[in-house]
Amino acid sequence: MPFDVYLNVAVGGILTGLVYGLMALGLSVIFGVVRVVNFAHGEMMSIAMFLAVVLFSAFHLDPLIMMVPIAAVLFAFGYALQSGLINPFITRPEHSQFLLLVAVGLIIVNVLLIVFGPDARTVQTAYAYDSFQVGPLIVDAAKVYAGVAAVLFAAALFVFFRVTLVGKAIRACADNYTGALVVGLNVNRLYALTFGIGAACVGAAGAMMTLIVDVTPMIGPTYTLLAFVIVITGGLGSMPGALLGGILIGLTEALAGLLFTPSAKSMFAFAILVLVLLFRPQGILGKRAA
Amino acid sequence: MTALLSLAAVSKRFRGLLAVDGVSFDVAEGTLFAVIGPNGAGKTTLFNMIAGATPPDGGTIAFAGGPIGGLSADEVCRRGIARTFQLVRPFPALSVEDNVIVGALLHRHDVGAARQHAHAVLRRLDLFDKRRQRAATLTLPDRKRLEVARALATGPRLLLLDEVMAGLRPTETDRMVATLRELNRETGVTILLIEHVMRAVMALASRVLVLDHGTVIAEGAPETVVRDPAVVRSYLGQSHHELGAG
Amino acid sequence: MAGIAARLTDGLSRRTVIWLVFLLAALVIAPWLLNDYLVTVLILILYLAFAGQAWNIMMGFAGQLSLGHALYAGLGGYIAAVLFTRYGIGPWLGFLAAMPVAAAAGAIIGFLAFRFGVTGVYFAILTIAFAEFARIGFDHLAIVNAAAGLFLPVAQSAHNDLWRLRGDPTMFYYVMLAATLVALLLCRLLMRSRIGYFWLAIREDEDAARAVGIPTFRYKMYAVMISAALTSFTGVFYAFFYNNLFPEQVFNISQSIQMILGPIIGGVGTLFGPILGAFVLTGLAESLNAALTAFGLDLPGAEQVFYGVCLLLVVGALPEGIWPPLARRCGIAERAS
Repeated sequence: MPFDVYLNVAVGGILTGLVYGLMALGLSVIFGVVRVVNFAHGEMMSIAMFLAVVLFSAFHLDPLIMMVPIAAVLFAFGYALQSGLINPFITRPEHSQFLLLVAVGLIIVNVLLIVFGPDARTVQTAYAYDSFQVGPLIVDAAKVYAGVAAVLFAAALFVFFRVTLVGKAIRACADNYTGALVVGLNVNRLYALTFGIGAACVGAAGAMMTLIVDVTPMIGPTYTLLAFVIVITGGLGSMPGALLGGILIGLTEALAGLLFTPSAKSMFAFAILVLVLLFRPQGILGKRAA
Repeated sequence: MTALLSLAAVSKRFRGLLAVDGVSFDVAEGTLFAVIGPNGAGKTTLFNMIAGATPPDGGTIAFAGGPIGGLSADEVCRRGIARTFQLVRPFPALSVEDNVIVGALLHRHDVGAARQHAHAVLRRLDLFDKRRQRAATLTLPDRKRLEVARALATGPRLLLLDEVMAGLRPTETDRMVATLRELNRETGVTILLIEHVMRAVMALASRVLVLDHGTVIAEGAPETVVRDPAVVRSYLGQSHHELGAG
Repeated sequence: MAGIAARLTDGLSRRTVIWLVFLLAALVIAPWLLNDYLVTVLILILYLAFAGQAWNIMMGFAGQLSLGHALYAGLGGYIAAVLFTRYGIGPWLGFLAAMPVAAAAGAIIGFLAFRFGVTGVYFAILTIAFAEFARIGFDHLAIVNAAAGLFLPVAQSAHNDLWRLRGDPTMFYYVMLAATLVALLLCRLLMRSRIGYFWLAIREDEDAARAVGIPTFRYKMYAVMISAALTSFTGVFYAFFYNNLFPEQVFNISQSIQMILGPIIGGVGTLFGPILGAFVLTGLAESLNAALTAFGLDLPGAEQVFYGVCLLLVVGALPEGIWPPLARRCGIAERAS
């Protein structure tokens, strides 16, 4: 196969990977601060995806423009989930919390199934078939927009955590729970806020994702696993790690789909997960040993 | 006569901090040996190396003639060293009886025989009446006794007790001291203990080792050690000058 | 014989034994009293009870959370099915062949996890990854007909063939009942044996268990392998009962989740928890389905939503499951859990 094809597929994979990275960023933020393993992460993203689909088919609103409102809706959802469901059980053993979120994920998938049915939905924007050409490179316009949007959203998040007071308070909670309590931070509210932010990431990523893939209720769990692979590969507790992991996975997935069968591409993600868990559990950029 | 436990130049480093620095001493079989010293002196690290929870970085640890440095905790236990933990760790959801049965099953394959042995050990430690209670519901002194019972049930030649008196009131301390003395006298088990409670140290130990900043600053009979100026300076303070027996 | 009976009932009160005998008798005569549909429901209940018991060995006894148990069921089903369709080998021999394979799969996962210190939630994720790997892998495997599915020839003759597991629901019912009984007895014997005590110790506090001389790696491996081998039977049963296998369904994570619902709702680590959980869960689910049909509603996914809500409620409000508080109320004490 000519080099061009590899290049195009690779670039497409990287762009998709940026969206994956944003999704994983949400998970990293949640786990890094609240220490909850959000097993409903992909399912939450599927809510966002369906929202985008519905808004588009009913009102012709572009998902990229709807990215912010959808993120806001998911923020509210995440906030409510954390304060209502997870927080009361924060002292339970970790596998209890994990199972709680497994249950939430299960409910989300099947409620979506009941409401929307099993068929795939797509979003066909005006630029759905456009592409950019730079030399030998031909890239889908949709992917470029999605990738750029992901980077912008992630950048905004970095700024938030570095510069704003709330962002710093959240980082304080992550670093030292007791210390944060002692200094008088309202940890519960900050946890809920953080979960909301993580959910907002996933919401934005979901909106972007509709430009790239078809939407069915059943994709939720697949993305949850993908998010975990990315976060674990890139490094737990590392925000740049999540993006890096996303790009890596997006790239390998795309190339694997090209070199082998497209439907088997997730197998590579899992193989990477197993390797990382065994040999470098803290991930590429991770700070603590897992 | 060769010592039961023998440490030679044992050291352990934690990322730049030398927690234990070239510690050497021997523990004769059948004796009660205490290790004392200020917090952070390296006592628990020392214990962890003997018990197999942490591998030493340097030196040798020999037990009953064979080297045990670097062996895993369960291998060390199978060789005949049992330990308790500074923060008590009985198996919370299991009954007192079952806790000790687990220990007794190390060298016995039949649960019935293990239960009989467990009962004997529980009687010795005065816990037989509480044997059906869940471990989590016991008081702290009883949980400490339970940990000792569980360790004892494995049939050790050497018992490592990590601050077993901590948190006990004077009467409970005396009770534990009496139990340990009796244990040593009747079964001949060697006991190596980390202790802060000087009352217990003076009452129990025939030999004391003082650790400070990872090194040995004194070793000998308890009466001599507590009068050693270096020990007084770094750990005991003036008031212990007059500390007599028990 | 009397000795074995004594060992099995030791520790149980007279009341409990009477209740159990009564329950057993009821289960034995059930097919004569119930219609085919209800017998099928009972089969499902026993199926889940069996799977739950097998999973319980890993989680309830050795404390390792596995969310990929569908892997072992799938392996069992496919191996037995392929041996039957290609070589005419009966399912019981197929099960004998599948057991070591499932145990080996469990051993690989266990080895990777335990040697490299992958525990808790990460272990769960690892198990999910392996099941997913199998799902996608089998979707492309020619020998099992890949995603198109593997079909078993449906029975032609009128009478029941126990050796080849071809027959009416009643035959399958008794097979599953016997299997569940065997699983129950096995678990009870294990719980009260040396290996059972060591497992409990590991579950409670692995470091302390090591301090009492237990080689925790070895015993965790035993738990994984026994659990996996036992679970493979559910796959064999599934294959011969439904006569079709699709990787998409058999290795699916929702299958793994369904297997754990019984024990979690009933009570992890207990002997009767998984069975009670399976009864309650399936009973309620079928009632829900019946109610929906009565209202003329066809909601695919409603049952799963129900399972999700149950899981939520139990993990939130009854972390021990239904059985322990119930047992305490009835004055039935289970050993050492």
